[in-house]
Amino acid sequence: MSFLELDRVAKQFGPQTVVDDFSLTVGKGEFVSFLGPSGCGKTTTLQMIAGFLDPSRGAIRLEGRDLTAMQPAKRGLGVVFQSYALFPHMTAAENVAFGLEMRRVPRAECRERVRAALEMVGLAGYEERYPRRMSGGQQQRVALARALVIRPSVLLLDEPLSNLDAKLREDMQIELRQIQRNLGTTTILVTHDQNEAMSLSDRIVVMNQGCIEQIGTPQETYERPASAFVSQFLGKTNDLAATIDLSATPRRLAAGSWSVPAPAGIAGPVTVSIRPERIGFGDAGIAAKIVTRIFQGNHWLFQCESECGPVIVIRQNDGQPQPAEGEAVRLAWRPEDMSLRGAGGVA
Amino acid sequence: MSAAVDTAPANIAATADTRDGRAPWALTAPALMLFVGVLVIPLAMTVMLSFHDWGQYKGIEPVFILKNWREIATDPYYAEMFWRTFRIALLTTLITAMFGAPEAYILNRMSGRWKSFFLLVILGPLLISVVARTLGWALLFGGNNGLVNKLLMSLGLIGSPLPFMFTETGMVIALAHVMMPFMVLSVWTALQRLDPQIENAALSLGAGSFTIIRRIVLPQIMPGVLSGAIIVFSLSASAFATPAIIGGRRLKVAATLAYDEFLNTLDWPLGAAVAVLLLVALVLIVVGSNALIERRYAEVFR
Ligand SMILES: Nc1ncnc2c1ncn2[C@@H]1O[C@H](COP(=O)(O)OP(=O)(O)O)[C@@H](O)[C@H]1O
Ligand SMILES: [Mg+2]
Repeated sequence: MSFLELDRVAKQFGPQTVVDDFSLTVGKGEFVSFLGPSGCGKTTTLQMIAGFLDPSRGAIRLEGRDLTAMQPAKRGLGVVFQSYALFPHMTAAENVAFGLEMRRVPRAECRERVRAALEMVGLAGYEERYPRRMSGGQQQRVALARALVIRPSVLLLDEPLSNLDAKLREDMQIELRQIQRNLGTTTILVTHDQNEAMSLSDRIVVMNQGCIEQIGTPQETYERPASAFVSQFLGKTNDLAATIDLSATPRRLAAGSWSVPAPAGIAGPVTVSIRPERIGFGDAGIAAKIVTRIFQGNHWLFQCESECGPVIVIRQNDGQPQPAEGEAVRLAWRPEDMSLRGAGGVA
Repeated sequence: MSAAVDTAPANIAATADTRDGRAPWALTAPALMLFVGVLVIPLAMTVMLSFHDWGQYKGIEPVFILKNWREIATDPYYAEMFWRTFRIALLTTLITAMFGAPEAYILNRMSGRWKSFFLLVILGPLLISVVARTLGWALLFGGNNGLVNKLLMSLGLIGSPLPFMFTETGMVIALAHVMMPFMVLSVWTALQRLDPQIENAALSLGAGSFTIIRRIVLPQIMPGVLSGAIIVFSLSASAFATPAIIGGRRLKVAATLAYDEFLNTLDWPLGAAVAVLLLVALVLIVVGSNALIERRYAEVFR
């Protein structure tokens, strides 16, 4: 199972610990994303895998072999940089061929593999172009072809799509996923864009200030966030203060005038975290007034002022009439749609 | 300004037209006049001077003859002197490129504090007069009294002082030292434009450090090396202070020869001819090589 393994890896720059206690196993062919805000140590971790930085502590293993003892040039990993780092004095074909030349691949085979790689990224016919004469998207594709043509055991992508405009980024996401599926290359993607991480990855590693907050599938991290940070970072969420009413039997969990039987093993003040699209308007629940109503095409976004503070609600635009601004409503949700965090942490 | 605002649209268009025509000239006039006054006129006078006659007793005669130019063209002394001038400039250029480019590369890889310190060390000499820097070499190697020569002779390593003064080698070494900052600066500027991840990219593709320098870094800083070379070459070929101190009146280059003709022989027309020829040759070489470089790198770096 474990193809690439990071074992309690840490990196220190002087007194500053930039990555701490980072443990992760990646399966062969898996697509894993490092997701976190800017400066949380994603690039640093990726560069330690690539070998451009040495970890201060911990071990990195690839198929059981210790990677840290190996020169970066010998690791055989493909890297795509945020700036692409193409060789400006070489044509697209020469850029892609560089890694093969270093491996002394025979000329004829080299030419064929370069052609195939450029075709795979949709750049057939651009062989003789210099990078300066290509658009950002095309440069990005050359960088991808250059990293993939050497058939790397692991593909490392450092914010590869962040310099592209929104439309192109979506197209590239789909293409990237397809290429990765077809080749079956184990891939690690660094990104600060939660949509990108969720639409591309098998698993997401959510990072904050150099530490792992949660590792899980996109669905797990979205629906069962392990911490307040994760739930805030992965899309919009409502955090409501709630209490456990110990006097009632069975005990009840209450947020304002909304209440359900309390789950076992939790006591004291808790935080109820509930996604805006899981909240419905009903006859019972917490009392609220709609402050603004924003139409966003396929859905409506409501900002409400409730007895428990501000709440965001998202409703599908399914043709049903929606409450108007200023209208008093009651908000409710199914108990299984919320996640609870006690003062002591995860529940 | 307020007048323009008050006038009718047609008038505004008219003033705009005349302004378009004259304003650039009016605005550049002071600089243009300075340029014409201190550069173009003296240059034209020098060119004219080179066609005048001169005699030991009659002095300068404002006539139009080709005597000076014929002398330069026929007397092998001048050919040898010009050949020496450009040989020294070329060698100086090669040496500064060979040492300056790696120097800039190493400097660029240093970490913050050391980088600024060594940049200061490299550029610091620019603050010191060329004369002082060249005299330093003369003090170290000049004849029997040179510090290094004395030391080596007292150690018995050499029997006679190392030939440095009045030699081309000495001149090239001293000039290379004087010109080094220009080359380092020029390469340094080119290095700043390198993608900071580009060496990592090559590394991840399996390139060793020598290959990275040869195939990735060097081709990208080559325009910087070449423009540095043009600067160093033209400055060395027209250098005066260093050749004057090291070469004295025994080993002359174009600049020192022109100086001698002007101030010692007082044959101004001949000195003018030498100076004009040096200028024309330099302009041709610089413009020519610049055009070659532009054409070679236009595709990649535009
Ligand atoms: N070479 C370095 N020296 C000192 N600090 C660094 C260095 N590289 C990165 N850092 C610091 O490490 C932290 C994480 O950086 P990075 O891994 O690039 O973040 P991310 O890629 O998640 O945005 C940042 O606070 C950054 O300032
Ligand atoms: Mg980063």
